Amino acid sequence: MSAPIKLRPDETFILNVGPQHPATHGVLRVKMEMDGEYIVNAETVIGYIHRMHEKMGELKTYSQFLMNLSRMDYLGALGYSHGHVLLIEKAAGIEVPERAEYIRAITVELNRIASHLFWFGAFVMDLGGFSPLMYALQDREYILDMLEAITGSRLTYSYYRFGGLYNDVDDDFIAAARRFIPRMRTSMKKYHKLVTGNIIFRKRLEGIAPLTPEICRKYGASSAVARGSGINFDVRKNEPYSVYPEFDFDVPVFHECDSLARYNVRMAEIEQSLRIIEQGLDKLPGGPIMPEKKLKAIKVPPGDYYQAVETARGSFGVRLVSDGGKTPYRLKLRSPTYSNMHLFDESCRGMLIMDALAFMGSLDLVIPEIDR
Amino acid sequence: MGAYFSEIFSGLWSLFIGMSITFREFFSPTVTVQYPYETLTMTARYRGHIDLIVGEEGKTNCVVCGMCEKACPSDCISLAGEKPEGGKKKELTKYTLDFTKCSLCGSCVESCNFNAIDFSKEYNLASTRKEDFYFDLLQRLKDRNP
Amino acid sequence: MSLTLLNVIVAVIIAIAFAALNAAYLVWAERRGAARIQRRPGPNINGPFGLFQPPLDGVKLMAKQLLIPGGVDKVLFMAAPVLAMAPAITSFVTLPFSDLIVGHNMHIGILLIFAFASIGGMSLLFAGWSSRNKYSMMSSVRAVSQAIAYEIPMLITVITVVMIAGTTDLMGIVKGQMGGFWHWNIFPFKAGLFNPLMLMSFLIFFTCSLAETNRAPFDLGEAESELVAGFHTEYGSMGFGLFFMAEYANIVIGASLTTILFLGGWDCPFGFFPGVWWFLLKIYLLIASFIWIRWTFPRTTIYGLLNLSWKILIPLSLFNLLLTAGLLKVF
Repeated sequence: MSAPIKLRPDETFILNVGPQHPATHGVLRVKMEMDGEYIVNAETVIGYIHRMHEKMGELKTYSQFLMNLSRMDYLGALGYSHGHVLLIEKAAGIEVPERAEYIRAITVELNRIASHLFWFGAFVMDLGGFSPLMYALQDREYILDMLEAITGSRLTYSYYRFGGLYNDVDDDFIAAARRFIPRMRTSMKKYHKLVTGNIIFRKRLEGIAPLTPEICRKYGASSAVARGSGINFDVRKNEPYSVYPEFDFDVPVFHECDSLARYNVRMAEIEQSLRIIEQGLDKLPGGPIMPEKKLKAIKVPPGDYYQAVETARGSFGVRLVSDGGKTPYRLKLRSPTYSNMHLFDESCRGMLIMDALAFMGSLDLVIPEIDR
Repeated sequence: MGAYFSEIFSGLWSLFIGMSITFREFFSPTVTVQYPYETLTMTARYRGHIDLIVGEEGKTNCVVCGMCEKACPSDCISLAGEKPEGGKKKELTKYTLDFTKCSLCGSCVESCNFNAIDFSKEYNLASTRKEDFYFDLLQRLKDRNP
Repeated sequence: MSLTLLNVIVAVIIAIAFAALNAAYLVWAERRGAARIQRRPGPNINGPFGLFQPPLDGVKLMAKQLLIPGGVDKVLFMAAPVLAMAPAITSFVTLPFSDLIVGHNMHIGILLIFAFASIGGMSLLFAGWSSRNKYSMMSSVRAVSQAIAYEIPMLITVITVVMIAGTTDLMGIVKGQMGGFWHWNIFPFKAGLFNPLMLMSFLIFFTCSLAETNRAPFDLGEAESELVAGFHTEYGSMGFGLFFMAEYANIVIGASLTTILFLGGWDCPFGFFPGVWWFLLKIYLLIASFIWIRWTFPRTTIYGLLNLSWKILIPLSLFNLLLTAGLLKVF
């Protein structure tokens, strides 16, 4: 709801939301200039958890840096590792066994569901409903258990290697994933009944924070932020990579441009990810998971390489400039949330603070990933 | 007017549906683990901090090649070894892990070609002093295998 | 005169004990209930079913230092929690639990309760304003606009009931509903009055009592994901404890009023053994639904809340008032 009253920029006060605030889900600070409960101006301040991942990328060898990628985003770690290994494989010309690619796709999609579930819970919690978070975490727990059993850790997986995987999936994992799909579909029905249909929830999101496609393009938004504004862009479809062309799935696009559209996109994405996992499990070929020949130290021929992948939070790009040495000359990580967040400043003007915080929740911000 | 009433009724109905779901959940069994009283077993591939593997005669398999030291992205591992009098192989004399810097990535275990190190299953690691996290793995090996 | 005074003092002491006990164990019930809804066990370590948790929490709160942040308005800051608790306790004195158990029955009992409820709203304003915290300030402004918006439909609904009963005496209102559930105000087949909209009035009153007690989905004053903790952000120790107790005492009052006005007070639904146990059963069922609602729904927005009040609740309750007046005239 935009401001029905005329804002008075001369009678304002500054409200510091964050770096420690329950709605920012991390150390994001938003300096808001407020007129009563209306926002006149907002400025997002980032950098509180900057960890110099890009500089580390320049200083460490390729295989030493690989682990950092799974620490960029603690909710959807595998997607980021995927981008990096795909880039290095492309640059260094490493062949990847088909089985490894399929397992990557399955685990990335599982991780995407886990990330979306956590977002769903946290988003509804931002709106004041606490119980859906617990239900979402319970479903997420099944995924974390599955991924822990094959990768050895629960959040920072470090599962992918140049040329393949750290270790193979076992029958238990496949059985668990097959059991998970129908269970998740039942849960989705529950979520739609409990949350999506709820009148209070709909009233809070319908028509709130309209983002025009222009503003999304201007700031380079991707993921559900762009797809909720009617921009049909998904890296998995538009710049296909890995084995994604083999799968039959849709890209959910909503044209309402409001917070509810962004919510709907993510909920529909969970269902599409389930379809991909189902097909991946059916098509999963046998064979090795690492190249036959054991890889020596990675050497990338001089050049400029780029690889984009669709992570849970949007289009994640890695750009590598190599001078042929042991370490990259320059490694640029394009983090999707960084772009998604910056449209907040411009779009939240004239909003009520509670709508603005709901809007921020709908952007799905993960702060360590913005600051990287 | 009709839209006004239909919105009230559909809204009220959606609230009752939500309440029926939480009502059902109220009577479903709990799913949490009462942590200090119950614990879960760690999965076989769980990545804790590293530990030396007990080889033949309670000794380590380590040949002090230093691959793990090189592979570590955060310089957590430092090891030293010396040739004993008349021996052929180097023997490990010091293996320390600075767990304050370790991020449990597992590069060291992967780089080891002699099956000398493995992940421990310890996860209850907490302390107020950072000195508690400078592990002397050789000492730990002796403690486990007196 | 002196007997009446003694009577009131004893009643106040019992009311404080009842309010404190209820507040403590409703927190326990709320935590257990929320946990069960979320498929957790909830507090279960201290004592059987975690029943020792509330007294231990109370001891912890009392043992903490009462911190007064620099720059606050000290008098108002200290007065606000007391002002939140005092009217809640005083209201208990006039509530009839059965035809025998009542502190001090007054023929304007219902007006007294509403007068005290308004003081409760003032304590939120004091707390928010004196805290010298922007979040608290915003929260208290919200709480006051909410209180104003919701007292109107609530009072209109009460007037409807008072018109049916013909008295503002709480005891008299219950006595008018005795003799089985078909005599209760919530049901439309009450003898001599066939008003099919009384169920709606009940829902309106219930919604308003949720909003009056600042409970979810109307907990805009607290709004922990936006305003951190709202008006009690700066309070610790027993200052916070009093706000907390007042919230639960208000819930008990809201549930009791709903029971008295619509559910026949201590009347048994089937006509036998009317007594205080029926009253307690009814209020605890209502409180359970308060808890159930809180853990199911997200929070409304401030304009959603005001829209609901001014566009839906007030017109509908006014309509029912007119309808009831007409029906009373006809029959």
